[in-house]
Amino acid sequence: MIRLLSALLLLLASAVTLAAPDGATLFAQNCAACHGEKGSGGIGVPLALPSFQASVSDDYIRKTIRLGRPGRIMPAFQKLSDAEVDALVKYVRSWNAAQAMHFDPAPIKGDPTHGKQLYAKYCAACHGANGEGGKGTGVTFSRPRDLPIMPPALHNPGFLAAASDSMIKYTLMHGRAGTPMIAAAKRGLQERDVDDLVSFIRQFQQEPVSSSATLLNTESAILTMDSPYDLATTIENLKRAVGNNNFIFIREQNLDAGLVPEDSEDPHQHIIYFCNFSLLNQALANDPRVGLFLPCRITVAEDHGKVKLMAVNPKRLSRMFNDSNLNDLCRQMTQQYLAIMEEATL
Amino acid sequence: MRLFLAIALLGLPLFALNARADEMMIVRSSQEFEEAMSTLQAAIKAHGYTLTRVQRVDVGLEAKGYKTDKYRVVFFGKADEIKQIAAKHPELIPYLPLNIAIFAENNQTLLTTNHPAMLAEFFPDPELASYFKEWEKDVTGILDDVRQTQ
Ligand code: HEC
Ligand code: HEC
Repeated sequence: MIRLLSALLLLLASAVTLAAPDGATLFAQNCAACHGEKGSGGIGVPLALPSFQASVSDDYIRKTIRLGRPGRIMPAFQKLSDAEVDALVKYVRSWNAAQAMHFDPAPIKGDPTHGKQLYAKYCAACHGANGEGGKGTGVTFSRPRDLPIMPPALHNPGFLAAASDSMIKYTLMHGRAGTPMIAAAKRGLQERDVDDLVSFIRQFQQEPVSSSATLLNTESAILTMDSPYDLATTIENLKRAVGNNNFIFIREQNLDAGLVPEDSEDPHQHIIYFCNFSLLNQALANDPRVGLFLPCRITVAEDHGKVKLMAVNPKRLSRMFNDSNLNDLCRQMTQQYLAIMEEATL
Repeated sequence: MRLFLAIALLGLPLFALNARADEMMIVRSSQEFEEAMSTLQAAIKAHGYTLTRVQRVDVGLEAKGYKTDKYRVVFFGKADEIKQIAAKHPELIPYLPLNIAIFAENNQTLLTTNHPAMLAEFFPDPELASYFKEWEKDVTGILDDVRQTQ
């Protein structure tokens, strides 16, 4: 009986260890692409940096994983279980040599009006006039960069919900050694000034959500337009419209090119690729991931004698990438796609 | 039954939120770009897809005088699926064939694409659901293969 019981217990124990989520694997799957294999940074900030580890609590990391940073690339991981999030926190903490920090949740009293003046003078150059954060992503060496680490957004619902006043204060007092974020004293600021800055940052929560945390809303994932012309004429019109709108025609192919032998390709779905290299370069500098939808493309499709133009709706992409840096560009691209499609079907 | 319904109802808005939250996949390979590129192509084939094209974004940029590291977009698909979809659901064509962007970061390589499952939000037709599910499984598998190949 006892033997059976202990066998059962053993079985149970091994099942539990098997089931315990593995933080290292979860990190490799969900985080390493942006934050670096060992937390050394990339599109995201370097998480292994001792000065970062020394200035945040487990709770801050947990909440950041769950809430992400709306509009700032860092995704909200809502599909992970609590146990998985805990395993991730533990793994991220395995890089920490020091004691985990605990912060007093009590608010810090300061003078936000004075904080605002200090902010404009000492912080806005990096974190943005309204706390919206630096432009672009962190250090990806796929592109030239001005700053090794992108200054994070402070006026962001994810950051403000995750960080307590005393955590923000600690970061200001100590800075983050090894990053452009230097300690308050080195800027000639007193502790009282820091309290004023903290109360100013906290006030962001009373304001409307900042532009950098806002993503474009759009009804449709695709743009379509009917053409009154036949397939061949529409294709010719489209190529001309592309050139008239400051894009360069790159190439054309049937949708099934490369999938079937060339002589049996279906000519009824024809894709036109085109590009504006200056825009492409600007888009990739903002977010290296957007190349997925570039160069630009419009498909001409004939369905039961009716010819249609179709394209992805670039406005939908700012949300897909969770990157408000792309809002203007996506809005502009949608306008340009529509202008080209209109001209081709006029 | 009623309990089930309650759970289903509770689960629904949560799911809608989830679909919203995390639409991109991105993984890191410890291989250098050229190696990672061959690993990716092998993984695509191993999952039963045909590589249709490699768009050399970097080559185009450099020809115009812009500075960039290696950057390609790899397109892949299955002939029968593309044919069926083009015939019955042409609205999906702008998102086809499937693709993965692959670019260098120092001596490592990053790969990214959108979750195919996310397309279900754009194209709710139940007839398409099984495609999205299959692509989600396959694309996840392809990226897992690349990530795990040293
Ligand atoms: C030279 C640019 C620069 C200046 C000036 C600067 N910061 Fe920073 N700050 C950064 C960077 C970069 C980080 C990210 C550091 C890291 O990777 O951990 C950061 C991090 C922070 C953080 C932590 C946010 C987070 O998400 O981890 C706070 C809070 C902050 N800064 C507030 C301020 C305030 C307030 C000022 C003005 C007194 C200021 N910073 C001035 C660049 C700057
Ligand atoms: C698609 C890229 C991306 C992925 C994937 C990603 N992050 Fe981030 N992460 C970022 C960016 C970018 C920021 C900085 C946000 C800003 O600038 O406002 C960030 C910020 C953070 C911060 C706050 C850092 C600070 O200085 O306060 C933590 C903690 C964090 N991420 C943890 C994680 C973990 C854990 C995972 C995996 C579960 C993850 N991230 C996945 C891009 C990413």
